[in-house]
Amino acid sequence: MKYFGLIWRNAWRKKIRTSLTILSVFVAFLLFALLSAVGYAFGGGANFADAERLIVINKITLINPLPIAYQNRIAAVPGVRSVTHNTWFGGYYQDERNQFAQFPVDPDEYLSVYSELVLPDEQFEAWRKNRTGAIVGQALADQYGWEVGDRIPIQATIWTKADGGRTWEFDIEGIFTSETAAAGATAFMLFQYDYFDEARAFGNGTIGWYVLRVEPDSDPVQIADAIDQQFANSANETETSTEEAFAASFAKQYGDIGLIVRLILGAVFFTLLLVAGNTMSQSVRERISELAVLKTLGFTDVSVLVTVLAEAMLILAIGAILGLGLGWLAVEGLNAQYGTQVPLYLPPMAFVTAFAIMVVAGILSGIMPAFQAMRLTITDALARG
Amino acid sequence: MSKPLAKLHGVSRVYQKGKERVEVLHDIDLEIPQGDFIAIMGPSGSGKTTLLNLLGGLDKPDAGQVVVGDAELSAMSNSQLSHWRATHVGFIFQFYNLLPVLTAQKNVELPLLLTRFSGKERAERAAIALDIVGLADRAKHYPRELSGGQEQRVAIARAIVSDPTLLLCDEPTGDLDRETADEILKLLQILNKEHGKTIVMVTHDAQAADYANRTLLVDKGKLDFKAAA
Repeated sequence: MKYFGLIWRNAWRKKIRTSLTILSVFVAFLLFALLSAVGYAFGGGANFADAERLIVINKITLINPLPIAYQNRIAAVPGVRSVTHNTWFGGYYQDERNQFAQFPVDPDEYLSVYSELVLPDEQFEAWRKNRTGAIVGQALADQYGWEVGDRIPIQATIWTKADGGRTWEFDIEGIFTSETAAAGATAFMLFQYDYFDEARAFGNGTIGWYVLRVEPDSDPVQIADAIDQQFANSANETETSTEEAFAASFAKQYGDIGLIVRLILGAVFFTLLLVAGNTMSQSVRERISELAVLKTLGFTDVSVLVTVLAEAMLILAIGAILGLGLGWLAVEGLNAQYGTQVPLYLPPMAFVTAFAIMVVAGILSGIMPAFQAMRLTITDALARG
Repeated sequence: MSKPLAKLHGVSRVYQKGKERVEVLHDIDLEIPQGDFIAIMGPSGSGKTTLLNLLGGLDKPDAGQVVVGDAELSAMSNSQLSHWRATHVGFIFQFYNLLPVLTAQKNVELPLLLTRFSGKERAERAAIALDIVGLADRAKHYPRELSGGQEQRVAIARAIVSDPTLLLCDEPTGDLDRETADEILKLLQILNKEHGKTIVMVTHDAQAADYANRTLLVDKGKLDFKAAA
């Protein structure tokens, strides 16, 4: 710590050069934060996937429905604890820009499978008893100012009603929260499948996909195989996968966003290494005689190496903290604005990764100049100075 | 004559310049008593600075022994020499070699970073050293805000702040006008006479050498003492 003043002063020896280097680090880590949030958003449900949940979809595509009659047969497969179903409703509230996820579900089954959702008992009972009842996540309620007892119209984009109408009205009977802290975990709405199935104009007796919870000590792969074999060669063959794999393949409909993000960040950080490394090399070259003086005064080779390396780390840390900090604020701000449509979130792992990148980049950019400084021969360096 | 602070016995130093082998010092014997003030003179390339570097543990002899106090420098590792220099010797250079990014006060504190002193103690000791060289009022100034003479005084304060026994000066007045040079030399005399510092000073200036107790002539790798004026 006592060397900090020396390190700090040396880092700011050329203010413009150091500021520009910090700016490049800042931009790199700001991009890192924003792209991590984008990667998270495209990760979709994978971010709150549960290892004990399996998803059963139509083998042709996710868009093709499955018969509701499959539910009992899936439930009978050994190792399956509970089953529910889900269907994409795809509506919006008042304006087409107000899009969020809505699912017609069976209340009892759904909350049994998605046990992380928290809903007061009296609200759950009220929802069950009301065919047009719905529950909404806290994030949605906050965004649109909804309260229990409100009646809200949802405009359908897919599911017209049997009477030809596109407006579905729901009574909000409850507001749920989630034990999962992830963004988007409460940005959706649930309503009764029975009401949906009776009122819709087409597709009756079908659902979008099944979600099942397996027994904790069972083998999910074996269960998935057993389910798919059961429906092999039928009109609606199935494909069963873990919730995480399902969410990941769903996200890849848009392309491998994770790979694109990693490639962009790889290029950004490689450039950053060149910039920061060049700054440190120049800085060391400019003060060969000063480093020799430090050694003359009694600084050991190792302490000179450490001070130069610490200088590189300091420059990286300032830029990284500022970039990550502003990135985090931007993500929070964007999430508050658009989180119910696209959940943006900077997961804790992103901070850990950023810290690791900062340390590695600091070492890589500073190590060569630091070794150069360490290896200086005092008499030669003083003679040159 | 008081007991020797530094002893060189059979010291030789050879440099390789391309294919040529240059023997700068050849089988040198020298004793420097504690409290002495020696000026080293000689033509360029005669080995003056090499001798100074050997005494300060900045360089090692190819043959012979260099002993300063209880330490045999010629047998110490680079790391041991670093630790030894931090507490036993102060260096004063021709071009001051202050760190431009630090104030006078912080430049003087530099050697104390290698000690266990707290920040407050370091500041107090640096203030005392600056006071001794007459620059207490320039503590917050950066080197670029000081004259050459003032910069050299700061360098002297830096050399004495850790209270070393031995001060090694390489052309300390080589970059100064006569008047300023005399002020610096008087300061060195004070440090020698009143503070008991043993001083070895390399110089080309005969007037500067007059401030020393003795003058040592170095030429063609050999030493020869000349009586002080």
